Amino acid sequence: MALTVYVDGERHRALPGQTVAALLLATGRRSWRTTRLGGRPRGIFCGIGVCYDCLVVVNGLPDVRACRRELCDGDRVETQRGARLPTEELPPEPRVPRTDGDGTDQGARPGEPVRDADGVA
Amino acid sequence: MSAPSHIAAPLTAPPLVVVVGAGPAGARAALSAARCGARVALVDSGERIGGQYHRQPAVAGKAVAGGPDASAAHPLELAVATQPRIAHLPRTTVWALEPLPEPGPAPGRHLVHVQQGPADDRGRPVRTLAADALVLCTGAFDRALPFPGWELPGVVTAGAAQALARGQRTAVGGRVVVSGTGPFLLPVALALPEVGARVLGVYEAGNPARWLRSPAAALRDGGPGRVAELGSYAAGLARHRVPYRTRHAVVAAHGRDRVEAVTVARLDAGWHPVAGSEQRIGPVDAVCVGYGFTPQLELPLAAGCAVRGGHVAVDARQATTVPGVYAAGELTGVAGAPAAAAEGELAGLAAVADLADLADLADLAERPWAAEAAAHLAPPSPARLAAAASRVRSGRRFARALARAHPVPGGWRGWLREDTLVCRCEEVSYGELRDAVAARGADGMRALKLTCRAGLGACQGRVCGRNTAELAAALLGAPVADPHAMDRRPLAHPVRLGDLAEPPPID
Ligand SMILES: Cc1cc2nc3c(=O)[nH]c(=O)nc-3n(C[C@H](O)[C@H](O)[C@H](O)COP(=O)(O)OP(=O)(O)OC[C@H]3O[C@@H](n4cnc5c(N)ncnc54)[C@H](O)[C@@H]3O)c2cc1C
Ligand code: FES
Repeated sequence: MALTVYVDGERHRALPGQTVAALLLATGRRSWRTTRLGGRPRGIFCGIGVCYDCLVVVNGLPDVRACRRELCDGDRVETQRGARLPTEELPPEPRVPRTDGDGTDQGARPGEPVRDADGVA
Repeated sequence: MSAPSHIAAPLTAPPLVVVVGAGPAGARAALSAARCGARVALVDSGERIGGQYHRQPAVAGKAVAGGPDASAAHPLELAVATQPRIAHLPRTTVWALEPLPEPGPAPGRHLVHVQQGPADDRGRPVRTLAADALVLCTGAFDRALPFPGWELPGVVTAGAAQALARGQRTAVGGRVVVSGTGPFLLPVALALPEVGARVLGVYEAGNPARWLRSPAAALRDGGPGRVAELGSYAAGLARHRVPYRTRHAVVAAHGRDRVEAVTVARLDAGWHPVAGSEQRIGPVDAVCVGYGFTPQLELPLAAGCAVRGGHVAVDARQATTVPGVYAAGELTGVAGAPAAAAEGELAGLAAVADLADLADLADLAERPWAAEAAAHLAPPSPARLAAAASRVRSGRRFARALARAHPVPGGWRGWLREDTLVCRCEEVSYGELRDAVAARGADGMRALKLTCRAGLGACQGRVCGRNTAELAAALLGAPVADPHAMDRRPLAHPVRLGDLAEPPPID
């Protein structure tokens, strides 16, 4: 019943119906993208798909709203730099390395054991 | 996921009512229209029936309070599932609307362009529904006022905290402060402890009027259910020892890469911080803010519906100013879930009644199918319509009382500093906005977009639109000419370009 997903390359367990944002919060992250102009960290804000703050890369595709997207088995979630405009389609970004020191990465450390992410971190 | 085949139907099939939004308003609209014989497509970008209020837990586990029983399927969901004339299209987003000229059994036919599949995925199938009548129930989202530090991760809307707690059983943080105005702050503050968060305080910027404190007035405006609900929130706050203070608000958030502390100030009646009243509260790792709700106006505006006082204008039976288009729920005014459901019920009935009337009037030589299609309908009796309309009237009284009890006076503008962001997407500061108005002559929403990029980003002005309109009006000394310009969005939701390569099939 549990799903296996990857956050910046690290394996996590998730539950069916769990959103990307809920998983990221449960891993202790508060932000997972940086802004295009100021390079500032952003995470969840409106929680219902309206604000586009929570954008994240899922399976290589950027600009996925983490608060709306439900996880599927095998999904690969990566932090995102910048954001595109509404209808702009760009090729998938190169993988953002985990240790780019831009302040977006405050979650699990490499080698941390896989844990349930079904509740409060 | 493909829709049930009866969506694609011959002209002589029962007329198709497309309901957008499956919250309390949309679900009830779908049920009442279907029970009167119409075919209904109930479209929602979410997975399950319920919208924001009857939010269904997507993740299994213990129920979280602050609303109806969250553990079982909601009765509305069961009723929709067992009504054969309703096709529920989950994970389906309406991204554009377009009026369809004749022929059809009714004026007000619309093409409803939808995309179905996992949120924001590439290649979500695009299709189009041909609606004989349209019921818009797209709800609202939290209004957040800007303040220094509101862009820090960990600062979220009250609705976000509620959606995470109720739908995902996840706490937005461990030590949380709630601030804003309106009764909605209370269920949020109660849901948080149930997912393990500690609520350090609830700061209500307003001074909730008499009717919230006086059971008699609340009973008249909201009915016994609402009074019991408010009472249970108060008891819950006491049980969790959550401090609740009125005339106070979070006026700044502090932290480097995430929120670490907040400043709370006492406010005067106009919401100006009282000098010397500021206190720093920390450590915190989340702040939930909500200053009422903003309706999702893009679809009503795309259909050409008139907007009054920030809400879709409807008559006594939920008809908008566009024939064949109805609106219900938070779109028409904010009064909570029971009022939204009552409006939905009426909108569904009125849509069928009007379709049946139109078929009677139709020029049968030109549209021979109209009578045959309408023969499937069992329009509601005038008494039934009148009963539904009277339930709606009490909800509207409650909405007016709520709006009176929770105004948002302009003192919040004084919370801003030069470098406080007003547009989060394009990172436009208050200083830049002021220069655009004062030095570069921007006198409206469109002009602001072009001169300082406010409202030009990914959210298309949903988050900043109302705030920038008020800020610009204060700087100009007069209301902006085009306050809803940002709500006019050619695409209600972004669509990945590759997905539109082929013209969509019409059902
Ligand atoms: C995040 C949030 C949480 C809330 N929680 C509570 C609560 O716990 N208690 C309470 O009393 N009130 C709550 N409210 C207030 C709530 O809005 C109302 O009480 C009630 O849900 C309004 O019902 P509605 O049917 O008008 O709209 P909603 O319930 O908001 O339903 C609107 C539906 O329309 C769908 N939709 C919108 N646009 C589109 C589109 N373009 N295509 C497809 N579907 C679309 C949405 O997915 C949504 O399901 C909440 C509001 C918000 C924003
Ligand atoms: S948090 Fe606003 S879109 Fe996801």
